[in-house]
Amino acid sequence: MCDTCGCNVTDANRNLVEAGGKHAKTKAGNEAVEVLQNLLHENNHRAAHNREHFDKHQVLAINLMSSPGSGKTALLEATIDALKNSSEAFSIGVIEGDLETENDAQRIRDKHIPAIQITTGSACHLDAYMVHDALHELSLEGLDIVFIENVGNLVCPASFDLGHHLNVTLLSVTEGDDKPAKYPVMFRASDLTLLSKSDLLTVLDDFDVTRAEENIRNLANPAPVFQLSARKNIGMEAWINWLKQQIQHYKGHLESGETVLPKIQKEGQTLHKARYV
Amino acid sequence: MHELSVCQSIITQVAQIAHENNALAVTKVIVQIGPLSGIEAPLLEHAFPIASAGSIAQDAALETQILPIRVRCNICGNENEAAISKLLCSACGSWQTSLLSGDEMLLKSIELEKSEEQAHV
Ligand SMILES: Nc1nc2c(ncn2[C@@H]2O[C@H](COP(=O)(O)OP(=O)(O)OP(=O)(O)O)[C@@H](O)[C@H]2O)c(=O)[nH]1
Ligand SMILES: [Mg+2]
Ligand SMILES: [Zn+2]
Ligand SMILES: [Zn+2]
Repeated sequence: MCDTCGCNVTDANRNLVEAGGKHAKTKAGNEAVEVLQNLLHENNHRAAHNREHFDKHQVLAINLMSSPGSGKTALLEATIDALKNSSEAFSIGVIEGDLETENDAQRIRDKHIPAIQITTGSACHLDAYMVHDALHELSLEGLDIVFIENVGNLVCPASFDLGHHLNVTLLSVTEGDDKPAKYPVMFRASDLTLLSKSDLLTVLDDFDVTRAEENIRNLANPAPVFQLSARKNIGMEAWINWLKQQIQHYKGHLESGETVLPKIQKEGQTLHKARYV
Repeated sequence: MHELSVCQSIITQVAQIAHENNALAVTKVIVQIGPLSGIEAPLLEHAFPIASAGSIAQDAALETQILPIRVRCNICGNENEAAISKLLCSACGSWQTSLLSGDEMLLKSIELEKSEEQAHV
């Protein structure tokens, strides 16, 4: 039916999904139609278009997720400052998602970086349509990375593909080291977890960095975990270096005619790859 | 809660398929979700009547089938069921596993009511 939607039927789950098989007539005489499409088919379609748009401009798109107030905007502000002092800098643009207010986009614009605000009203997550609309307003010319700051929420954003390439999740140390175990969908999907507000570790006696990392590994997620403080400028170098590596990695993929997808699990990747041809 | 958005997406797809099949109504919608999809079955079932009101699926029953979380160990090859926040190998204890099932969010099938003549063609 369509090539890019990745409806998550894989070789691994096919026997479960298709158990029972097709049956043309139900007992009541109605007609049964086998569909096997992702529940968010339309969104995923739009997301694939967004990704093509990013790829055409060779711009790496990063979905920033966390609970409300974990320091996403503060991280972006500190990133902008760090890039100003860096010799081999790259340039960024920002899409801000919030329930209400233009505050976060304004904080970014105050630092002379292009920022588009999406206000979602009652929606607790961004979707590919909202990002698509924002992309109409954001010129990708000359950018290396677009950060999409999602609505502060550890549940809903994880289910919606925006057309981004990587997921970065913040876990501020005041939230507790058990959050990956409580929000497995979100933390399983992150390509990098940042333990933010790390300057507060000294005053918190119950946040155990090792335990936080263990909880992430328990989700079969091998992605790196960094400690970082945007306010006290701790760990920014590792973060900036990681971003540089990701730009390289992404451009390498583009050169061989491939895109990059948030790495959740191998099967999902193979499926997407197979469907991309 | 994003389950309402998910339901709206389901209704859009279902309405399109019903239309393509010249159906009078949709009588049943079967979805399959895994615990790691981020979609809660009770919330989905609660949102469905709201999202389907006034659509061709307004009288349809929603059936949600929950698929198990299963992993395969990348180290020893063992396959086992796992808990949502412990995707570990039950044989060697490794966390380096691949998910075999449990993150699905699938519109599996739908049932359509057709007019008498069509049903007999
Ligand atoms: N101590 C400390 N506080 C921080 C740090 N980063 C952010 N904060 C504080 O945390 C609060 C929230 O920061 P934001 O950057 O607005 O968080 P956010 O994740 O963008 O919030 P939402 O967009 O509303 O979800 C602010 O009061 C920041 O000053 C940090 O590294 N250390
Ligand atoms: Mg913010
Ligand atoms: Zn599709
Ligand atoms: Zn094993």
